[in-house]
Amino acid sequence: MIKRTGKRTLLFQNGVYMRAAAAVAGKKEGEGPLKSWFDKIFEDEYMREDSFEKAESMLQKEALQLALKKGHLSHDHLQYCFAGDLLNQCIGSSFGVRDLGVPFLGLYGACSTMALSLGIASVFVEGGAAETAAAVTSSHFCSSERQFRFPLEYGSQRTPTAQWTVTAAGAVIVSSHKAPVKVASYTAGEIVDFGVKDANNMGAAMAPAAASTLLHYFEDTGQSPSDFDCIFTGDLGAVGTSLLYELLAREGVDLSKNHRDCGLMIFERKRQDVHAGGSGCGCIGSVLSGYIFKNLEAGKLRRVLCCGTGALLSTVSTGQGESIPSVAHCVELTREENI
Amino acid sequence: MKTSKQEYEQMVKKASPPSPTLKNCAWAFLVGGAICTVGQLLKTAYMDLGLDADAASAGVSVTIILVTAICTGFGWFDKLAKHAGAGTLVPISGFANAMVSPAIEFKTEGVVLGLCAKLFSIAGPVLVFGITASVVYGVILYIVNMI
Repeated sequence: MIKRTGKRTLLFQNGVYMRAAAAVAGKKEGEGPLKSWFDKIFEDEYMREDSFEKAESMLQKEALQLALKKGHLSHDHLQYCFAGDLLNQCIGSSFGVRDLGVPFLGLYGACSTMALSLGIASVFVEGGAAETAAAVTSSHFCSSERQFRFPLEYGSQRTPTAQWTVTAAGAVIVSSHKAPVKVASYTAGEIVDFGVKDANNMGAAMAPAAASTLLHYFEDTGQSPSDFDCIFTGDLGAVGTSLLYELLAREGVDLSKNHRDCGLMIFERKRQDVHAGGSGCGCIGSVLSGYIFKNLEAGKLRRVLCCGTGALLSTVSTGQGESIPSVAHCVELTREENI
Repeated sequence: MKTSKQEYEQMVKKASPPSPTLKNCAWAFLVGGAICTVGQLLKTAYMDLGLDADAASAGVSVTIILVTAICTGFGWFDKLAKHAGAGTLVPISGFANAMVSPAIEFKTEGVVLGLCAKLFSIAGPVLVFGITASVVYGVILYIVNMI
């Protein structure tokens, strides 16, 4: 049964379990600090396809197939697939899962899509609408560059606050069958816009959204950061992370002791020249499906919050001088005892 | 939240490191200067080969465009431009790169609506302002000559 506590946090009392998860990544991510946590690393940025968009779809397809394989499941076991990405009309997802033969619910939460899709898939499972459902997301540096910025070979300079779109995908299979890792709650975020207009400083645009959702979660549940082994945010990068600490400190919450940002985990910033850090749906998507899930499964992490952060801008809104509305969705994951 | 938008604007300014202007200027000066020096050497060489000044200048432009196009195609140009900034953007190399990079990128969407239509997606404004400036210059010159 789903129980809403406080204003917006949904507690899953029957139990929603992460049956399996898989993370696939590109070459650059495969050379980063988390390389050993990915299930598969693609050396070729085209993934043997003839366009970057097809390559991104291939990432999602691979991630989902690997997750199904790891969970000893086939497509027939899935009742729903929730997926999203950054490309216009979410073609990374729709083309990635089109051969699946499973009811498809496309979602757009920009880089927060992993937490959003996992949250909604969990609601479906907990509510009895599905026994098993998948949450999938991806991003690809090259397809994002050409959609949001410039052609790949165009010679331009990036600002120090710019972030590097991660080439990776993550897939999670949730089910009502008991498994070691449980989805304990989901907190949907509201759109927060603090007036940041610089599309090259998305961490700054998204930090208030992360702060808002985390504050709501703490208020709804009466918990505090010290109740968790770690609180992960999606892709705030160096700038967004320092702003998040400052915003929360003003509310009397100290996050700096047990917080990690996936955008800062996935790359070694200086060596890999990614400026403020990684970003994209695939950032928290692959870190959650790889590093976080595996550490929970192994019992090295026992209780975590994963707060995906998304900047809901488009090239049109940026062109028209609009500020960047942002959203953050938060899922709580726990390691069950004796499973 | 207790933080206002105005306060947050100040916080963002404080937290965001600025671009390294001095370093960028030094790179732009050196690379841009080097490209222009090579251009001058080429012009002298072409004139030594018997071309007149106008033809030699055109030859220099064509050579730099060709070299830039090749470097863009091989994925080298953006690696230099990342450091050089205006140093590679301002000489005609920047224009050539702005034409070739979308051509490579958008060929997946077809020759007519992909490659050809998007060929000018970055260089378009340069052409608009360039042509407008030349028209204005021409009109001024015409009027000055009349006087």
